[in-house]
Amino acid sequence: MLGLLWLIPALPFASALVLMLSGSRFPRKAATALGVGSIGISAVVTILVAVSFFTAPPPDHSYTQLLWTWINVGGFNPEIALRLDALSLVMVLVVTFVGFLIHVYSAEFMMEDEGYSRFFAYMNLFVASMITLLLGDNLLLLMLGWEGVGLCSYLLIGFWYREPANGHAARKAFVVTRVGDTLMLIGLMLLFTQLGTLQIHELMQRASEHWPAGSGYAVAAALLLLGGAVGKSAQLPLQVWLPDAMAGPTPTSALIHAATMVTAGVYLIARTHVLFSLAPAAQFAVALVGAATLLLAGFSALTQPDIKRALAYSTVSQIGYMFLALGVGAWQAALFHFFTHAFFKALLFLGAGVIINALHDEHNIFKMGGLRKELPVAFWTFLIAGCSVAGLPFLTAGFFSKDLIIWEAWSADHGHPGFWIAGMVGALLTSLYTFRLIFRVFFGPLGTPVTKRPGYTMTIPLMVLALFSFGAGYLKEPLLGFLHSALPATIEARAGGMTEAGSEAVAAVVFLVGLYFAYLFHLRKRSLAEAAVSNPVGSLLHRWWLADWGFDWVYDKVFVQPFIWAAQINKSDFIDAFYAGVARLADLFYRGLSRTESGRLRWYAAGVAVGSVVFLAMVLFR
Amino acid sequence: MTEVAMRNGLVLAGILFSLGLTSLLVRRNLIFVLMSLEVMLNAAGLAFVVAGARWHQADGQIMFLFILAMAAAEVAVGLALAVEIYRRFKSLDVDKLSNMKG
Repeated sequence: MLGLLWLIPALPFASALVLMLSGSRFPRKAATALGVGSIGISAVVTILVAVSFFTAPPPDHSYTQLLWTWINVGGFNPEIALRLDALSLVMVLVVTFVGFLIHVYSAEFMMEDEGYSRFFAYMNLFVASMITLLLGDNLLLLMLGWEGVGLCSYLLIGFWYREPANGHAARKAFVVTRVGDTLMLIGLMLLFTQLGTLQIHELMQRASEHWPAGSGYAVAAALLLLGGAVGKSAQLPLQVWLPDAMAGPTPTSALIHAATMVTAGVYLIARTHVLFSLAPAAQFAVALVGAATLLLAGFSALTQPDIKRALAYSTVSQIGYMFLALGVGAWQAALFHFFTHAFFKALLFLGAGVIINALHDEHNIFKMGGLRKELPVAFWTFLIAGCSVAGLPFLTAGFFSKDLIIWEAWSADHGHPGFWIAGMVGALLTSLYTFRLIFRVFFGPLGTPVTKRPGYTMTIPLMVLALFSFGAGYLKEPLLGFLHSALPATIEARAGGMTEAGSEAVAAVVFLVGLYFAYLFHLRKRSLAEAAVSNPVGSLLHRWWLADWGFDWVYDKVFVQPFIWAAQINKSDFIDAFYAGVARLADLFYRGLSRTESGRLRWYAAGVAVGSVVFLAMVLFR
Repeated sequence: MTEVAMRNGLVLAGILFSLGLTSLLVRRNLIFVLMSLEVMLNAAGLAFVVAGARWHQADGQIMFLFILAMAAAEVAVGLALAVEIYRRFKSLDVDKLSNMKG
């Protein structure tokens, strides 16, 4: 069964190729069958592979399938090889399963769109690239998938390309992640020149043999990889692209910009955890980035009026938790949070898609309200996902995964009470912004009237995801145990002063406090929220957080404007002037010489005669 | 033949060539232009013959035969062109035939 591994990326890729080449010639039914079916079969194959992996684990808990050698030149021989171990298996399972549900949902969501088969072509290509990224045996193949998902992200953000703002958002996402990708590429080169291989398993072994803990190379390589991860996972300081990426279709936001692609950075760091363990400084930077991002994005999420942007900040914040977990050495906790986050965040986005569709493209939560009775399925599933992300104590998946991270942020080897406090404040913010959305959208007086109700193909994925958002938490112990073969367990070191139960109790209280304040400000006395925004300090903070802490403004002033200015100056640069001069000289010669072309035979004859005399004279009197 | 005789021969050829070239540049009638060309060809032929005589080689006279043949061909084509040009333009003035100026 494990031999079928190659089919998992190959099926979506083949389907994407067919859909791309056929253009819009396919009827919608055929495009649906191909686009959704390929992911469905891929998911089934993944489950088969997973079952055989569980029942008869391959030796060393990893299985490598060598397809062919990619390049072989001067000792550099990356192979197209797929490697399955606990880490990649969990991620591939989530990607294909959640991806399949989102594809089913999209079949109805995108039905009216003229770019229907184009949409599925991009989505399938995305899934294929993502699986390549996850299963890649060496960092170069991983990079191929990494760039592939970046390309698909770009294509899908700018899917409705007739709107210039969407094209701008797509370019922004591409350029900002490119900054990270460049750092990562440099990191790859550093690793190859120093250790002589890019095969991940081999690389990690050689790194721990050749580099002592804290050596300069290890720190540099880890920091460069962190740069790539920060760009892809929208962490500080490259988080600016993700909120704008919401310009794409909502299923895209759910699949790419919430559940899967943006967690590629988490995967990269987990995959190269040996390297990060060798570089405590880089690992501390990971934790710091995570903690700062989860707080900043949490505050920004509080102020967004656009439902999708609020969810995007929530995604940034939740990935911040994963980075925090990676940074303190709680590798398994990070993966567990990825696992639960994929379900509830995909569900939140799909729910938002139902709402936006129902309200005729209304994104503003302040114009919504009272949808509880109008869209019951969307309400209940959104509520479950919301409770999960906010961490409804002792029931939901989000509570288990987030509180594991918060607890280990204190107790782990590299933990610190400061990280615990950041995590707790983040949890408060999460509870606040999630219930702000729920109270604004589903409660209160009816805002915009509902014009369209979702069909079964949209509601069934919602219900399945809701089941997982609720139940995935109970998979905690088996999942962590399963991951043990790929990721080391957290080293508990600093348990003093806090117990896990105590941390959970505080988290529960924090959840309730957030819920109460959200209730107070956004349902019972909405005038309080307006009052908070209208006083000078509140208004200043509101504007600051709404504008993502001014990051866009700073980047615009520091990078974009000077670049445009330089480009303007360089529009008529020296090199251009030289080539224009050559052209002008040629033109001058042409005008002079064409004057001699008088059509008069006798002038020509005279010219020949004079010319011969001159040449003869040159030969004779030289 | 002596040194002096060859110089005389070459001078004569030069004079003939110059006369031909001058009339080529001065005359506007196409027939006269062709005649001037003949004069110039014959001047060149004369130079070949004189040189051939000086070095006691038959090559000079062989070259003159080639020139004669070429001149005959040239006259045949040239006169045919002259007739055609006259039919089309009702003139043999080469200065008026300047349709191909750049």
